[in-house]
Amino acid sequence: MNDLLEGFFEECEELLEVLGDGLDAMAAGTADDSTINAVFRAVHSIKGGAGAFGMDVLVEFSHAFENVLDEMRAGKLALTPALTALLYQAGDHLNSLVEASAAGGATTSDSHHDLIRDLKAACQSLSEAQDTALEDDPTPEDFGFMPLTIDLDGPDEAAVEDSPGTHYEIRFAPHAALYELGLEPVLMLRALHDMGEVDVEATCDRVEPLKSFSSGEADILWRIRIKTEVPRPELEQVFEFTRDLCDLDIFEIDDVSAAAEPEMTADQSTPVPKVTKQVAPGPLSTSEPMASATTQRAPGKSRKSGRDTLRVELDRVDRLVNIVGELVISEAMLRQSMSDPEMSSNSSAANAMAQLKQLSGELQESVMAIRAQPVRGLFQRMSRIIRETTRETGKEARLVTEGDATEVDKTVTERLVDPLTHMIRNAVDHGLETPDAREAAGKPRIGTVSLSAAHRSGRIQIQLRDDGAGINRAKVRETAVRKGLISASEDLSETETDNLLFMPGFSTNDSVSNLSGRGVGMDVVRSEIQALGGRVSIASKAGEGTTFTISLPLTLAVLEGMIVSVAGERLVVPTTSLRETVRVSEASVHLFGQSERVLAMRDGLIPIVDLGERLGFRASVDVQVDQSLLLIEADSGRRVALAVDQVFDQREVVIKGLEQNYQQIPGIAAATILGDGRIALIVDTDQMIPQGPAVTEQSDAGARHGDLTNA
Amino acid sequence: MPEAAQKLSADKREIVSFTIHDQAFCIDIGHVLEIRGWTPTTALPHAPDYVNGLMNLRGTVLPVLDMSQRLGLGKAEPSARHVIIIVRPDDMTVGFLVEAVSDILTVSNDEMTPTPDVNSAETKSFVEGIFTHGDQLIRALDVRSIMPAQSDIGTQ
Repeated sequence: MNDLLEGFFEECEELLEVLGDGLDAMAAGTADDSTINAVFRAVHSIKGGAGAFGMDVLVEFSHAFENVLDEMRAGKLALTPALTALLYQAGDHLNSLVEASAAGGATTSDSHHDLIRDLKAACQSLSEAQDTALEDDPTPEDFGFMPLTIDLDGPDEAAVEDSPGTHYEIRFAPHAALYELGLEPVLMLRALHDMGEVDVEATCDRVEPLKSFSSGEADILWRIRIKTEVPRPELEQVFEFTRDLCDLDIFEIDDVSAAAEPEMTADQSTPVPKVTKQVAPGPLSTSEPMASATTQRAPGKSRKSGRDTLRVELDRVDRLVNIVGELVISEAMLRQSMSDPEMSSNSSAANAMAQLKQLSGELQESVMAIRAQPVRGLFQRMSRIIRETTRETGKEARLVTEGDATEVDKTVTERLVDPLTHMIRNAVDHGLETPDAREAAGKPRIGTVSLSAAHRSGRIQIQLRDDGAGINRAKVRETAVRKGLISASEDLSETETDNLLFMPGFSTNDSVSNLSGRGVGMDVVRSEIQALGGRVSIASKAGEGTTFTISLPLTLAVLEGMIVSVAGERLVVPTTSLRETVRVSEASVHLFGQSERVLAMRDGLIPIVDLGERLGFRASVDVQVDQSLLLIEADSGRRVALAVDQVFDQREVVIKGLEQNYQQIPGIAAATILGDGRIALIVDTDQMIPQGPAVTEQSDAGARHGDLTNA
Repeated sequence: MPEAAQKLSADKREIVSFTIHDQAFCIDIGHVLEIRGWTPTTALPHAPDYVNGLMNLRGTVLPVLDMSQRLGLGKAEPSARHVIIIVRPDDMTVGFLVEAVSDILTVSNDEMTPTPDVNSAETKSFVEGIFTHGDQLIRALDVRSIMPAQSDIGTQ
């Protein structure tokens, strides 16, 4: 793929995101004119680019799509639930067309033509509807979507307060090319009309007599006087697509009478449906998360801000991240080597050192922030998945997202797509009941799947909740027994039963639909999340639904760990699964069996594993009194106490992969470089946990691990 | 020592020679990134005996191979006089722990004589030929075959 084409698809990705945002806002009733404009522009730009590359299918479809949006933009087409659904469908289809085009070429299908027909129908129904609209007074119900909830803190509002009702004069002289491209001044005038009081004058001096009149000529000059509260950039936006196609002058007229006029007035006699603006505190407070999300998004929406971003190759950023990582380490090394001599703490060198430390810390933070991206794009993809899945299963579901402005490392969002997709499909396919069953259970017919993201104590927590039937534990158990994953006599706790879902080759649904069960099981989901340094846990309540909680590190580059020493080697134990540290002298350690030792805690006996012995650093040793025990708890709830010789401090360490120059080592997750330049290995705590017969990992690492513990 | 800019004809090559237990070995200079003094390494669990540990090369973590052990000459006792040759034959960067680097030589390929039929398995698999330099025999090592075998790692 050449650079141009690649650039186009990259841009498409962004445009589709804008489109998705806009559609969400429309569906939520928080859309305003600029939203519809943004959506229109997104589709229009895709069409433009596709045209340049000769992607006819894409052009054809985006054209039909754009027409509908254009009618909406002009205020002629009201947003009904049916239209919202159609727009969503069109948006999804556009998404898949772009994907197909990127993959090689989009082809038409029946659904493609159906959708184009539907879009055209939506436009056509308009002309009929308009006739009636002319006669009847448009009732607010007809335009239920239109009442605009204005975000009180939004930039628009602020701008409005700055310039209450300014007079502008616009001189607009279209070139012939404008008409050739099928642009219509009337639509622009209408758009202006929506913004305030408009006085239009057409100068027709140059228009030829009818005899010699040619429709292709651009002879009409427009002089528009407008009094509006809308800021100037939005006025200019109306003419956005006519740039270079007309002579345009917009100037402000200083008019004293234009002073304070608090309410924007719209001409009642206009055929254009009146847009009622409401500053409604009610909707604002009830849709709190939505409102705050819009506030944060608002800067991204404005046309100008697009130019403040820079597109940089990921490679370059990664290199920067690496170098900064080295810098932080070097800084720590320097500090350490300078700290011991009799250097006074207020010497200039010490001051410079302190400054260097702060700067390198800030530098690292800012560089990491470059890679951080809001999860919005990821969540949007998921709402597509929901719509697809509901269409295929005949179930009804809506996706509620929360915290989609939460920022996560780009790699994390990318690598979460597959696992999340699978989990969402599962939630709809296995989690939610059929509409009828839901009704019978006294629940709304439409199921709710909610997806939320939030920062929780230095990690990202993503929750996927459905209000379905919950996990059928009896069935899970039965399946596991049937598949030989557990023995029939085994007694499992609820958590352990739920965790059976994560076992390789597990599928509970009687009929394997083409949605779930595509060969990707929950075990793959879990291992993918683990590969990102994350954990996933399930909570389920019969009749109320299931919640999956994914906890991920903020970045893949840094990890919070406890520095310990074992057999003269320093190691890092990640604090994520660390629950507690106990000194052996203060703990009650019991001999169990031949050589096994257990730690008696308040809530049970925990096996003790000597870390040095487990890693092969030393032969079997007795647990010494001066050792410490680190209590580790896995997601499965299984626990182990790791015996180490010494516990040092807790700190953030930069993760260095071992795979590149060596290979993955059992029991070791990665390596890091300590302040003195020496390398310390990061312990993979999950592998330290003895696997009971109930949940036997079938992966190689697990098998190997099992051998080691038995040896 | 030859000038770096010297053009080598097809049958000439530059080699780095080093000693282990008073025996001279050499590797192709093309594989060598740099030569460093010995720094203590971090022990690796479940590693083959010829992997000395991990070292930090300006932020890159790489394994150090005990060449003495790898060539079947017994475990090295690294001291401050030992040297680590950083090599990168393909995508993997590793350090070779040797006693001392002696020279950089230009030799021609036809000076290389095939490995004599000796008993040592290590010698046979790792030595691709022998150069004679003065009264010294320099064993040319096949760097790629010395690299840690994936099967050795993690299974012991």
